[in-house]
Amino acid sequence: MTTSPAERPGTRYDIAVLGAGPAGLAAAVAAAGQGAGTVLIDAGARPGGQYWRHREGDEGALHHGWGHFRRLRRGLSAHGADYRPGHCVWHVERTEAGFTVHATREGSPRTVRAKAVIVATGAYDRQLPFPGWTTPGVFTAGAVQALLKGHGVPAGRRIAVAGTGPFLLPVAAGLAEAGVRVVGVFEAGLPTAFGRHPLATLRNLPKLAEGAGYLGTLLRHRVPYRTRTTVVAAHGTATVTGATVARLDQRWRIVPGSTREIDCDTVAVGYGFTPQTEIPLQLGCAMRRDADGSLVARVDARQRASVDGVYVAGEACGVGGAQLSAVEGELAGLHAAYATTGSAPDRRRLAGLLRRRAAQRSFAAALHRAYPVPDGWQTWLERDTTVCRCEEVTAGAIREAVDDLGATDPRAVKLYARPGMGLCQGRVCGYATTCLVARATGRRPTADDLRGMATRPIAHPLTLGALAAGDDSGGDDSGGG
Amino acid sequence: MTPPPFAFTFDGRLVRAEPGQSVAAALIAAGHRSWRHTRAEGRPRGVFCGIGVCFDCLVTINGTPNHRACLAEVRPGDVVSTQEGAGRDDLAC
Repeated sequence: MTTSPAERPGTRYDIAVLGAGPAGLAAAVAAAGQGAGTVLIDAGARPGGQYWRHREGDEGALHHGWGHFRRLRRGLSAHGADYRPGHCVWHVERTEAGFTVHATREGSPRTVRAKAVIVATGAYDRQLPFPGWTTPGVFTAGAVQALLKGHGVPAGRRIAVAGTGPFLLPVAAGLAEAGVRVVGVFEAGLPTAFGRHPLATLRNLPKLAEGAGYLGTLLRHRVPYRTRTTVVAAHGTATVTGATVARLDQRWRIVPGSTREIDCDTVAVGYGFTPQTEIPLQLGCAMRRDADGSLVARVDARQRASVDGVYVAGEACGVGGAQLSAVEGELAGLHAAYATTGSAPDRRRLAGLLRRRAAQRSFAAALHRAYPVPDGWQTWLERDTTVCRCEEVTAGAIREAVDDLGATDPRAVKLYARPGMGLCQGRVCGYATTCLVARATGRRPTADDLRGMATRPIAHPLTLGALAAGDDSGGDDSGGG
Repeated sequence: MTPPPFAFTFDGRLVRAEPGQSVAAALIAAGHRSWRHTRAEGRPRGVFCGIGVCFDCLVTINGTPNHRACLAEVRPGDVVSTQEGAGRDDLAC
């Protein structure tokens, strides 16, 4: 991909797409294909996001849908979209003429102006705290996947994969195929509930076949797959030396007498995904609590958020996987192009996309129902179990903020006890803290509770130097590409 | 043709890296698990999320602290060292 001559400071684009994963790539290609002046801004060094993460020169041996990725990558340059990798977006500002995207590239400020923005910022693994989860050697499932797919490095020699959701399968299968000993896949849920949604299942047979393929790989490598079982503690101080696995009841409380020690040097965990919603929150978009308990942006049939000129596609408006993300991205790109340039999309193309979106969304909803996260995990915690990894705030300290200091919502707990006040700004502990506080105050978590831990006026840490330098109008912005 | 591997140092020891690898990936491939001690309790930390979200893997590279090791691409001759706390002990009063 090349940086087009049109890219120079002061250019105002029709559309700025934030994130170059499946949703963002599809959005940028669709928008540019309609003739809209489009810029695709991404934090990564290469396009593809987390789903199509790859090494330089790697042509997709480990990836699903690689042909789709290659088509999108080709479309990006064919339609003349500007592509800006290595940009960390820290704030999007609404202006009279549209939007100003504030980013840094290698610490230097970069600003981009556009009439409309498409937020396609994706998601990261959702985590639940447990004793020992801060020990080096406990990774998110996504980290283990990224190390392997992005760098060719296995995270350990004997790996336990634990948590809930279909993502655990490709992670474990990828490790097994790379020759790593996977000591077990411990699925806290009981995904047989999936069979209760036959219509959604039928509409999405290819996806199920994908899952069956991973299970086949695990079987071939003799990897045990256990349901309603998970890792409830990791052991070791400098590095993981083992883990405790337990069977769980329906509410995810440990079945008495079911705990056992396993021999492993690495634990990979993930309990679904947390969408990255900083930008919609900064822009004041209406949000909702989705079926999986995540905070997501509300969108209409055209992927429009509640704020004029803002479109959201992919996980940030509801976790649903790469295929749904790409469909939503394409829709957002077409509609944003129409709104900014008047270039009308083909009706049959739209109709096809709408059908696919409906099918994919019903599949996603069925998955959310099949892999719930009940709050019994809170009983795995000791008083001294760390919940906020950055500020080292324990479950006991959060409890005290509620019981002794009278906090009734996560925001107040954050002010009293500091969970979510560290460098990650609550990205990792926000969900768990919200659930802990809600339960301690005898209620269910709400969208407002989640928002209290997810609002980040500055989405990434930046130096005072970068802030003081202001925007880069007149500066050279031709790096990368 | 694949470019050849190269070396950098971690706390004074030579570590081998493949071109394009992150600092974190190269360290993990070499058997290292942690390269930071937390501010409050001095606990060891290394990679957790691996995609730039959690900031657990902060490390000092060529004297500058607070690089995310999972995102920073390692370069030949880099001097990588364990980060103590916020990595700004020289500024502490």
